[in-house]
Amino acid sequence: MIQPLSNKRKAWCAIMKALCYLSIGIVTALTLFMLIYVFVKGLPEVTWDLLSTSPSYLRHTIGILPDIMNTVYVVIATLVMVLPIGVGAAIYLNEYAKNRRVVELIEFAAETLSGIPSIIYGLVGMLVFCQFLGLQTSLLAGSMTLVIMNLPTILRTTQEALKTVPQSYREGAFALGAGKWRVIRTVVLPSCINGIITGCILSIGRILGESAALLFTTGFAHNLNGFFEGLRSSGATLTVALYVYAKEQGEFEVAFAIAAILVILTILINLATTFMGKLMERRNGQ
Amino acid sequence: MNIKKSKEDVIHFIFLILGLIAVGSVLVITVYLVISGLPAIREIGLVDFLFGTRWASTAAEPEYGILPFILTSIYGTAGAILIGVPIGFFAAVYLAKMAPRKVCSFMQLCIGVLAGIPSVVYGLVGMLILVPGIMNVFNVPDGASLLAAIIVLAVMILPSVINVSLTNLQAVPRDYEEASLALGATTTETYFRVTVPAAKSGIFTAIVLGIGRAIGEAMAVMMVAGNVANMPSLFQSVRFLTTAVASEMSYSSGLQRQALFSIALVLFFFIMLINATLLVIKKRSQTV
Repeated sequence: MIQPLSNKRKAWCAIMKALCYLSIGIVTALTLFMLIYVFVKGLPEVTWDLLSTSPSYLRHTIGILPDIMNTVYVVIATLVMVLPIGVGAAIYLNEYAKNRRVVELIEFAAETLSGIPSIIYGLVGMLVFCQFLGLQTSLLAGSMTLVIMNLPTILRTTQEALKTVPQSYREGAFALGAGKWRVIRTVVLPSCINGIITGCILSIGRILGESAALLFTTGFAHNLNGFFEGLRSSGATLTVALYVYAKEQGEFEVAFAIAAILVILTILINLATTFMGKLMERRNGQ
Repeated sequence: MNIKKSKEDVIHFIFLILGLIAVGSVLVITVYLVISGLPAIREIGLVDFLFGTRWASTAAEPEYGILPFILTSIYGTAGAILIGVPIGFFAAVYLAKMAPRKVCSFMQLCIGVLAGIPSVVYGLVGMLILVPGIMNVFNVPDGASLLAAIIVLAVMILPSVINVSLTNLQAVPRDYEEASLALGATTTETYFRVTVPAAKSGIFTAIVLGIGRAIGEAMAVMMVAGNVANMPSLFQSVRFLTTAVASEMSYSSGLQRQALFSIALVLFFFIMLINATLLVIKKRSQTV
């Protein structure tokens, strides 16, 4: 005989279900609100003049071209430095390391790094790169700080990708007489390129959003420079510029324009990682 | 043959060095923070520094007590967890168990965007919506307060709480649920009485990660919390450990500057505590 549910059980189920729907509703509403609010306030302020000029005290105009260029420089410089280190470390862990202790030590270090807040990176970056290595507040010092911050991201995504490369690929290449380095270079790395690209995209996202670590390492000048000149001088990235315009100067229109640009970039980066994830799933499925 | 072998050895060595850079970075960060953080603590005295209730670094007779910052950071984080974790938890249960597939993947994209939005953007929106909102609703003279910071932090930890819980809920073996359903439990009962307890350690990890994110956040908090070194109170302007470092760094010097490094050291200590907790959870769930 089937007993009907007691009222107490029914009520409990209904409440739990309601809480679930309520929570997901809140999350959805929050996301939509953030996007709509930032776009409504920010997009009308994004003009060609704003994007293509430097700020001028004489004409009292604000342009964010230097900040855009600085952001691009920082992204390039950071990736150029972090990729060899992160991918190399992942290769070591997955292909070379035999000592369990060393592997655990490196993995523990990477995990610790990913938990350290960006303000501490900023502080230590200032002490080590700006002062100890004598780089002053410059985009290069900021990029080097970001390298350490993004190292765990690149390391982890590359490691995941390396694990999916079938052992038979390596064995096949070894059987043909190739050395270990040659196997890694010509067989293993090419088959995990998607994972490395995903790592890069994730890192770009983190670099674009970073502000606390850059405040004391890159400074906040708004000068337009070439790449190498820029690396040696101080300059604000988009996020730092947003902070300075909003908090110190009360220029909310410009701040919202930058916010809208950053949110658009965030959405693009998320779409790109989702796409890469699907691509890899399809490949691994085959 | 020998040349080839030694070449391989050199390459092996290079990769080892690349791997050890992460370890070296952790060491450098720890050593630098300890070296630059200890002098001020020694000069001020550990007890006066940690439990002093007044921070007046630029006064004629400066005082360096960071208890207000420590308590603010703890209260702020606790508040954010109290608001953010339940919402995140129930949302994760919905996404893992009840949501249609299309809704789930769309929401995951939303959550990804929410996680990717830079903290200064949260700070900016908080400055223009939350701060005036709190001022009007609660009738207080200034809305830049602990409450504003708590709400911003709660929103900022949501994505990581949801994502980590979701992954762990999805990893619970289907057999558990089927056994429970076969015994006559309803689906909702099964999710909350069987699936959730089975994913307990994962959900706990999500909470600890949320704590880590909340306690380490600087910029968004700096924009909405007002930055006055008060003892924490919901509607007053407050300063967190992170914002204490960030707000005075640019113009500090001498003992004041050293004290800022000491604050960073205290913050680092908290973070290490959180990392250790995560490690313990991970070890325990592996042995079970």
